[in-house]
Amino acid sequence: MNPPELSIVAKSLTKRYGRNEAVRNLSFTINRGEIVGFLGPNGAGKSTTLRMLTGILSATSGYLSVCGKAVPLHAHSIRREIGYMPENNPLPEEMRVIEYLRFRAQIKEIPFRERRSRIEHAMEVCELHRKARRKIIGTLSKGFRQRVGIADAILAGPSVTILDEPTIGLDPHQIIAIRRLLDNLRGETTVIFSSHILSEVEISCDRVLILNQGQLVASGTSDELRKEFVPGSHYQIEAAGKPADIYAALSSLGDEWTIDMEPLPRDGFHVCNLLNEANGTDGEKVLNDLIQSRNLRIRSFHPIQPKLEDIFLKATRRSWELPSDDFPEPLREKSSEES
Amino acid sequence: MNQIFRLTRHEFRSLFYAPSTYIAMVLSLAMMGFFYYMTLITISAEEQDQVPPTLFFSLFWIPVLLIVPMLTMRSFAEERRLGTIETLLTAPVHSFQVVTAKFLAAYLFYMLVWALCISFPIITAYVLKQPEFNTRLFHSGATIGGYLFIATSGCLFVSIGIFTSSLTRSQLVAGMLSFSILFMIIVGVAAIHMLNLEDNPAVPSTLIDYFQVFSHFNDFSRGLIDTRPFAYYLSGTVAVLGFSVLVLDSKN
Repeated sequence: MNPPELSIVAKSLTKRYGRNEAVRNLSFTINRGEIVGFLGPNGAGKSTTLRMLTGILSATSGYLSVCGKAVPLHAHSIRREIGYMPENNPLPEEMRVIEYLRFRAQIKEIPFRERRSRIEHAMEVCELHRKARRKIIGTLSKGFRQRVGIADAILAGPSVTILDEPTIGLDPHQIIAIRRLLDNLRGETTVIFSSHILSEVEISCDRVLILNQGQLVASGTSDELRKEFVPGSHYQIEAAGKPADIYAALSSLGDEWTIDMEPLPRDGFHVCNLLNEANGTDGEKVLNDLIQSRNLRIRSFHPIQPKLEDIFLKATRRSWELPSDDFPEPLREKSSEES
Repeated sequence: MNQIFRLTRHEFRSLFYAPSTYIAMVLSLAMMGFFYYMTLITISAEEQDQVPPTLFFSLFWIPVLLIVPMLTMRSFAEERRLGTIETLLTAPVHSFQVVTAKFLAAYLFYMLVWALCISFPIITAYVLKQPEFNTRLFHSGATIGGYLFIATSGCLFVSIGIFTSSLTRSQLVAGMLSFSILFMIIVGVAAIHMLNLEDNPAVPSTLIDYFQVFSHFNDFSRGLIDTRPFAYYLSGTVAVLGFSVLVLDSKN
C-alpha cells in the first residue's frame, strides 16, 4: 500500500515574539484529504501555527511545507493552494455578500469563465444563495458572517482549507450546518480547523492535534488518544437481582475489574459501572460471562467512551506537569513513521 | 498588473463607502470654492500680475493638508483594525500590489477632487457673461501648469498618507501623522527658506531650494517644466511606497 500523500509537513517549527515562544519545536504531518482539528487552551499557539501555514506569518526556525512546497520560499504560490478563514472572521462591513465573493474570486485568480459557477457553488454549499445573497455583510448575523468567511475560504477550490474557530459564537443549528459543510468538504480538500467545541472536533475530524504552551502534546485519532490518555475499559450495566448477587457475579470477572454500583435501583434495575485500567478488554466476552450468570438479569450493557474533554484535560495537564524534554512522542508521528 | 487593476478598482469603490471620503470631498470643495471666490475678489479689487488660476493654485497647500490625510488615513489603518488585511494578504497578491492599489485609488480620488475645481471658472464665466474676461479665467498656461504641479506633487503627498496609514491601526494617529509630515514638507521647508539661512554651511541653499514645494509651484505656474521636481516627487513617491511595502511585510 502506498503511503498517504502528505499535504502539510511541519518540523521543529518555532515562533518567537521577543522572548516569548508562541510555538516551540512543533512537528506534525497532515495527509491529503484529512480533516484535522487543532485543540488547545487560549494562548496555546493554534492561531499562530495556522497563520504560519498560510505564509502571512514567518516562523523563527524550523521547516514548514504545504503541498510539497516550502512555505517561506513559495509563500505566493502557496496562497493559491490555501483557503483561509482567520479567527473572528474579519469582513468588509459595507459590501454585499455577492460583491465580496466576486472580488475575492477575482483576486484569487479564478478564471473568468469559472468565476460565476464557483461563486454559486460556494454560496450553495454555505447556504448563502437564498436570503443572504444580496445582503450587506454588516447587517448579517454571526452565523451568516461565518458562512461568508467559509464560502470565501473554499471559493477557489483550495487544496488546503484552514478555518480558525469557524464555530465560535454559533447556535446549535448553525454548528450542525458547519458540520455538514465540513462533511461536504471531506475528500475534496485537506481541512484544518481549530475549535473550542471539543465534541464538534470529535465528530467532524479524522484526527486531532492538541497544543499546549506552543507544543504538540497529543496527536492521533480519538480512539488512539483515548488509549493514550484515558486507558482502560468502562462499561455500564443495568442488572436486576439482589445487590449481593450482582456484586458476586461481577466480581467473578476478575480482580482487574473495579465495580461501582449505585446504591438505589432505577425501575428495579441496579446501575453498575465496570472499570478496567488495562487497554484492549473484549466487551463481548465480558457480556457473555455476565449473561451466563444465573443470579443476574441484564437489561442493558454498553461501553462508556471517555469524552474528548477528558483527553484534552489529561493531555494539557500532563504537559504542565512534565518538563518539556519529557514530552511523550505524539501518537501521530509514531503512526506516520510506521506507515 | 491585473491584480493591481482589480485591487485598485476595489479600493476606489471602497473609498465611496467611507463617510470620511465624502467629508473630505465636500469640505475641500467648499474650501476651494471659497478660495476661488477670494481670488476673484482680490483680482476685481486691484490689478494683479497673476491670472486667477495661478492665484487659486498658489493656495494648493491648504486643501492638500485637509484632503490627503482624510483620504488616506483609512487605507491600511482600518484594514488592520478590522483584520481584513490578513484575509487580503492570504490571497495570491503581493504586498507591493496592495500598496500600489491603495495608492492609485487614493490618488485617483485626489485628482478627481481637483478636477472638479475646473467647474469654478466655468461657473464664473457663466455668471459673469464677460467673454473678454474668459481668457484670464481659463489661462491655459497657468491652468495646465497648475494641474501638472498638483498631479506631480500629489503623488508624493498621497504616498505619504498611505505610508502613515500603514504604520498604525488608528485612523486618527495615521491622519495626524500624515498632516504633520505634509506640513513639514510644504510649510516647514518654506519656513526654513524664509529664515535666510544661505550663509549657514550646514544648510546648503541649493538643497533647500530643491525641496521647496512653493518654488516648484512657481516654476510650473510660469510654464517652466523642469525635470528636477519630477525627479523629486516621483522618486520620493517610489521610496515612500517602498517603505510602506516594508512596513506591511514587517508587521506580519
